[in-house]
Amino acid sequence: MAELSAAPKQAGSAVRRAFPVNWTVRMVWLGLFLYALYACSILDVTWPRFLQGIDNGARFIGRMFPPATAPDKMALLWAGMVESIQIAILATFFGVLLSLPLGLLAARNMTPKWLAATARVLIGICRSFHSVIVAILFVKAIGFGALAGVMALIVATMGFVSKLFADAIEEMSMKQVEAVRATGASFMSVLAMGVLPQVLARFIGFTSYQLDSNLRNSTMVGLVGGGGIGATLFTAYQRFDFDFVLTILIAIILVIMAAEAVAAQLRKVFR
Amino acid sequence: MADHGTMLRISHLSKEYRKGQPVLKDISLSIGGSGLTAIIGPSGTGKSTLIRCINRLVDPTTGEIWFGDADLAKLRGARLRAARRRIGMVFQEYNLVERLTVIENVLCGRLGYVPAWRAFLRRFPEADVERAFELLDQVGLGADFANRRADQLSGGQRQRVGIARAVMQEPDLILADEPTSSLDPKTSVEIMELMAAVSKARDIPVIVNIHNVDLAKRFAARVIGMSQGSVVFDGAPENLRDEHLSQIYGGQGWLN
Repeated sequence: MAELSAAPKQAGSAVRRAFPVNWTVRMVWLGLFLYALYACSILDVTWPRFLQGIDNGARFIGRMFPPATAPDKMALLWAGMVESIQIAILATFFGVLLSLPLGLLAARNMTPKWLAATARVLIGICRSFHSVIVAILFVKAIGFGALAGVMALIVATMGFVSKLFADAIEEMSMKQVEAVRATGASFMSVLAMGVLPQVLARFIGFTSYQLDSNLRNSTMVGLVGGGGIGATLFTAYQRFDFDFVLTILIAIILVIMAAEAVAAQLRKVFR
Repeated sequence: MADHGTMLRISHLSKEYRKGQPVLKDISLSIGGSGLTAIIGPSGTGKSTLIRCINRLVDPTTGEIWFGDADLAKLRGARLRAARRRIGMVFQEYNLVERLTVIENVLCGRLGYVPAWRAFLRRFPEADVERAFELLDQVGLGADFANRRADQLSGGQRQRVGIARAVMQEPDLILADEPTSSLDPKTSVEIMELMAAVSKARDIPVIVNIHNVDLAKRFAARVIGMSQGSVVFDGAPENLRDEHLSQIYGGQGWLN
């Protein structure tokens, strides 16, 4: 007891500190803070500027209401939305179609090492760029319109979905595949009866997520000339048709939510 | 060549997964006629490897495996697949395709004969489908099992499907790798009875890896004892004595 009560007397000494000061960490935080202040001054991020922005924003939002519902605007909205949905569906369909062989090639338990490595490099390239950058490339290469948007989203789909496919194939049970192989089945038969049944449900899941993602991205490729509702939205911004902008934004939200419900149903069917 | 059944002749078969560490050491065996041949031996002694070398799920390092008029050890591509479809295989963990139905799993046994697109569209020849139903009956599963998914079955039921799949190949030889090790004692006996019946009905040899010495003695016409990659006993089950078992598994205390 005497020893225990004696201990606090020593606590002041530098030897026994529970939470020693780490000067390196302190300096890093301080540096970060000073840099933030410096960057604000350079970029004109100041309080008066913020207040001015808020004011402007309020007026902007004010001009959004009520959302536009004029027949001509609705016709534009409908045409743009239909095109966006078509872009998303086409890109998902062809993207997944191309991802099937690419994902299989990239699966290290089904193909030789060098082939899987090559396929993975290709997938990596597809995934390196944001779909807007790819869309700009395609718009420059093949001109304005939905085709450029579709092509851009096909590339994005391949980069994402074939990686997921490859991983799903690598995680399946090789015992089941081995048993099918032992019957003398050809490679294609092994795929049809040994591999596909194991991965189909997950493939459907990935595809539905990608459709969802393509729907959102299809609204964006329009901003750079890839067709669809994005183009309509961009034009509305430029014309200061803010009430129409709001209509378009609401429509996009509704479509995304509807797509999610459909995708959930789809996944339920293919469990 | 014998008039009934195809002879399997293994000569000087060796397998090394890692260089200098042979799992199988210079095995030579002839297995033919009909009836069960049981291979017994401790875990890790190469029983599984031996069986998998025969249908080339494992590639042997050296040696020959003659079956019919082909050396299985040398076959590749289409000729290997043609040889595999004559050899049925039953697995310890059944290895059914879990997400396929029972009848689809049985029909997998026809994949060596049926083109891939037919399998993909499930357009198997009518005769094959009928035969599949027949076999389900014969292994003791009724037609009401046909459309259940394999992952809904019990172990014993799965192994029955596994046997039906193997027989569906119209094989000249069946290999079974620990077919009863995941099953309870009663089901184990039923599965062994079924394998013996298949061997007799089709007049083909069945090679069974098995841990359970009593089951081996009860059902096999011939017992092969392996230890550390070599055959140390080969003969009729009634000639298998305690000293052999002690040689195969090591030690004696467990024998009483």
